[in-house]
Amino acid sequence: MNDMTLPHFSRFARSVFAALLVAFAVPALAIDTERAFDDPALQARYEMIGRELRCPVCQNQTIADSNATLAQDLRREVREMIAAGKTDDEIRTFMVDRYGDFVLYKPRMTPGNYLLWAAPVLLLLLGTFVGLRIIRKQAAQADTDGPEAGQS
Amino acid sequence: MLKFGVPLALAMLLGVFLFVGLQRDPSYVPSPLIGKQAPEFTLPSLQDPNYPVASKELAGKTWVLNVWGTWCAGCRQEHETLMAIARTGVVPLVGLDWKDDRAAAQQWLSTLGNPYAVVASDPEGRVAIDWGVYGAPETFLIGPDGKVLFKHIAPMTMEVWTKEFLPRIQAANAGVAPAGG
Repeated sequence: MNDMTLPHFSRFARSVFAALLVAFAVPALAIDTERAFDDPALQARYEMIGRELRCPVCQNQTIADSNATLAQDLRREVREMIAAGKTDDEIRTFMVDRYGDFVLYKPRMTPGNYLLWAAPVLLLLLGTFVGLRIIRKQAAQADTDGPEAGQS
Repeated sequence: MLKFGVPLALAMLLGVFLFVGLQRDPSYVPSPLIGKQAPEFTLPSLQDPNYPVASKELAGKTWVLNVWGTWCAGCRQEHETLMAIARTGVVPLVGLDWKDDRAAAQQWLSTLGNPYAVVASDPEGRVAIDWGVYGAPETFLIGPDGKVLFKHIAPMTMEVWTKEFLPRIQAANAGVAPAGG
């Protein structure tokens, strides 16, 4: 009888439509919706730190994005440390001491990664050096050999 | 010769780097605790909440901390191995029941057997965070000086136990820590 009212849509098509509605509704569910602090400055710090820390179980998500129980626990630690008056750096150090540099989405400069930080500059210098050598060599060849000594 | 040799060598070097990268497990997070003093804790015992389990009581001993929970499939998988290890009596196994239901955990130990000398209950997961735990099961080896000697992430197997744990336990008990980690 219901089929009479909606003649163009089969039961299957309607199920697919319903499934699509549900699927597209999922991203609308925010993870950490409750405000942690009444003070907007503290809340801003809380949100910023949450976005800087990687969730160790759900990699490629920050602890603010993830609803894993560990992410919830780590958000609780951040909340309590902010409430206790710890600085942002103290909170970051707390996390790094436990989970390593891996938890920081903004990595720190440490002796272990000086080379990595310096790599762009070093590569640029190397490229300039190689480029200059090639240019000098070609210029020298052009001066001494003349056009017919064309070994490339 | 040089003109082709140098780029070829560079390409091969890059290939070696990428190949090594492929063999590595990206979900493995190395622990910054290795070689450092193990975090201290005092938690209620799983069996009797009035009885505290304090890590200080283990000072001077080589011991193992095993992080588990009844919700963790890998923990069920390693349970027989832990039972076998406990029977050898080489080191005391200390359990850390992580974010778990007390009744369910007690039930688990009474039906499957209890490999632990003592089990600390950490329903809020605070001690687990101090130890940098991110996924159960995780197993730590702590030396007589209170330093973390080794950490295994994944279900314990007899192979890992004999290859990684036993030599370190013997060295720790002999008063020398093995190189590397």
